[in-house]
Amino acid sequence: MTEVATQPPEARERRKLTGYWLLLPGALWLLLFFLVPFYSLIATSLYDPEGSILTGYDMTWAFGNYVTALQDYWPPLFRALWYGAVATLLCLVLGYVLAYAIAFKAGRWKNLMLVLVIAPFFTSFLVRTLSWKLLLGDEGLIVDTLQFLNILGDDGRLLATPFAVIAGLTYNFLPFMVLPLFASLDKIDPRLVEASRDLYARPIVGFFKVTWPLSLPGVVSGTLLCFIPAVGDYINAQLLGNTQTRVIGAVIQSLFTDANDFAIAGALSMILMIMILAMVLLYVRRAGTEDLL
Amino acid sequence: MSQVAESAETDGSTGAGSAGSGLHLRNLRKEFAAFTAVHDLDLDVPSGSFFALLGPSGCGKTTTLRMVAGLETPTSGSIALGERDITWEKPYRRPVNTVFQNYALFPHLDIYENVAFGLRRRKRKDVEREVDAMLELVELTSQARKKPAQLSGGQQQRVALARAIINRPEVLLLDEPLGALDLKLRRSMQIEIKRIQTEVGLTFVHVTHDQEEAMTMADTVAVMNAGHIEQMGAPAELYENPQTTFVANFLGQSNLIEGTVRGRDGEDVKVDMQGTVVTIPGQRAHVAGNAGDLGWVGIRPEKVLIAEEGQVIDAPGNSIPGGVVTDVSFVGVSTQYLVRMPWGQELTVFEQNTGRRRLFAKGERVDVSWRPEYAFLLDHTQDRAAGRDEDAD
Repeated sequence: MTEVATQPPEARERRKLTGYWLLLPGALWLLLFFLVPFYSLIATSLYDPEGSILTGYDMTWAFGNYVTALQDYWPPLFRALWYGAVATLLCLVLGYVLAYAIAFKAGRWKNLMLVLVIAPFFTSFLVRTLSWKLLLGDEGLIVDTLQFLNILGDDGRLLATPFAVIAGLTYNFLPFMVLPLFASLDKIDPRLVEASRDLYARPIVGFFKVTWPLSLPGVVSGTLLCFIPAVGDYINAQLLGNTQTRVIGAVIQSLFTDANDFAIAGALSMILMIMILAMVLLYVRRAGTEDLL
Repeated sequence: MSQVAESAETDGSTGAGSAGSGLHLRNLRKEFAAFTAVHDLDLDVPSGSFFALLGPSGCGKTTTLRMVAGLETPTSGSIALGERDITWEKPYRRPVNTVFQNYALFPHLDIYENVAFGLRRRKRKDVEREVDAMLELVELTSQARKKPAQLSGGQQQRVALARAIINRPEVLLLDEPLGALDLKLRRSMQIEIKRIQTEVGLTFVHVTHDQEEAMTMADTVAVMNAGHIEQMGAPAELYENPQTTFVANFLGQSNLIEGTVRGRDGEDVKVDMQGTVVTIPGQRAHVAGNAGDLGWVGIRPEKVLIAEEGQVIDAPGNSIPGGVVTDVSFVGVSTQYLVRMPWGQELTVFEQNTGRRRLFAKGERVDVSWRPEYAFLLDHTQDRAAGRDEDAD
């Protein structure tokens, strides 16, 4: 009897430990490849700005780095945020229509269309962006057509413009918008839409009162999945833009690898991260979807 | 509650003018790619009545309902509310509301906003007062700020009802509204819905495959089978005097025994049933009645009396000797016997356990009898097994 009484707590204890063991690999991974580099990044951002490859670098709590970084590089910083925001908005509009069509209208083509959405991932990000360079090139079909239609002047161009950068970002991050949107929309019971019609909601009203709010979790995760990497991306700006479209990612990269200005590069990285984090928190709060996520 | 009743009255008198004149389906037909779900249906539902469309799954009853709601477009035919043709009216313009099968409550809105949905879409004033009154009617006032997922099945059902009724539709459609509830809750909700219907005085059209539910709740039941209406009438009338084998079997149980029509005797029809001549009243004989025709003599199990061999009990006329009890199930309130008749068929007999008559044992020889006015005669070309075991969805 006593054995029976004492056995269960032990077993429970062991089961609890099993849970921790399962956590261990992931925790170690994060510790090694996230927390340690993160700590090192914070430290780097506070290096003495006078340091160099020759003299070495000291951590001197140089908070002034942040001020210098912002003073020197606010245009590419805000450019990146702006490009990211515009591309995310375009992704949302294009992606919503596409995801809606796949979820509600595609019928038996649903799976095929989903495969097509992720098909571009079979090619590298770089190759896809380079092919946009060809598409938008000065002798390319698109520019020729637009010039023929007099939408674009004879010396007008698409490549090496902010338009090209945003188009590239939109293209590259569209699947990250479509997939979560689809997942949300596909879960919506079509009878809820029927119920809204039955309760006097015209299609457009039904959409904004039922479909849209129920798809908000997808909207939120889709926009985050687009916006965060789009702000940090500099491949599109570099390959499809010009010297005027330089974004913060490119600045950080060249400060780290070319100029060896680790302190400012670190401070910029931190500023970018904090800004994105703040915007995301504000956004999630505004969307009011904490309980939906 | 009196507020609800009042607003129902005012709405009725200021309505579109067609209020109070019922729902009319004419030659309504719906074809899907592969089959015809509804065959040229004619149906009149009087205003203020509780009407049930009863049938097995796939009989076209839900399709009919969806056409009335405007969620499905008819292939041909018309739907009218009083004088007003609504066949092609958009669902959001019809004075018709639906209680959906799995309620289809809006999961992102609380109970209050679910109920207020229809009023808000129509920019009604006094939303607050009406919603409060409606929540009181369905006894959910205290749940107003909860989300549908936080409510029990029975409560969700009442929200679905309230959300539809609050709009004072000319016709309220209920699509298997109790299908998702367990048996006990279903019985109490049947009474609840009936109470609400009486209180608000709206026309209810109720679709169900549960014959007991249809009979308990509705004033008029239409039994539907394979896109057609088999028979329509008051529950007791359908049960006591079924006109087809489908209705006889689908609504309760029936013993259907093959017989040959001998001819008419005044109002009655004489039938030779496996050697015994039985009489069936003329208004219960749903055959041409020519001598020599075959027919199914139908009798409900509880109308069959069982007696010891040779004993005459109170059933003048139709007494059939030579039965053997093959199975006895004691249910408590009643006993169900299977009695093998001389021609090989097993008849089902329900005997009330009044205590006045003894139980029979398996293997005993018995006579069975019934009063002629309880029997009915059906067309022999119909399938004897039609409608059996079809109510399990």
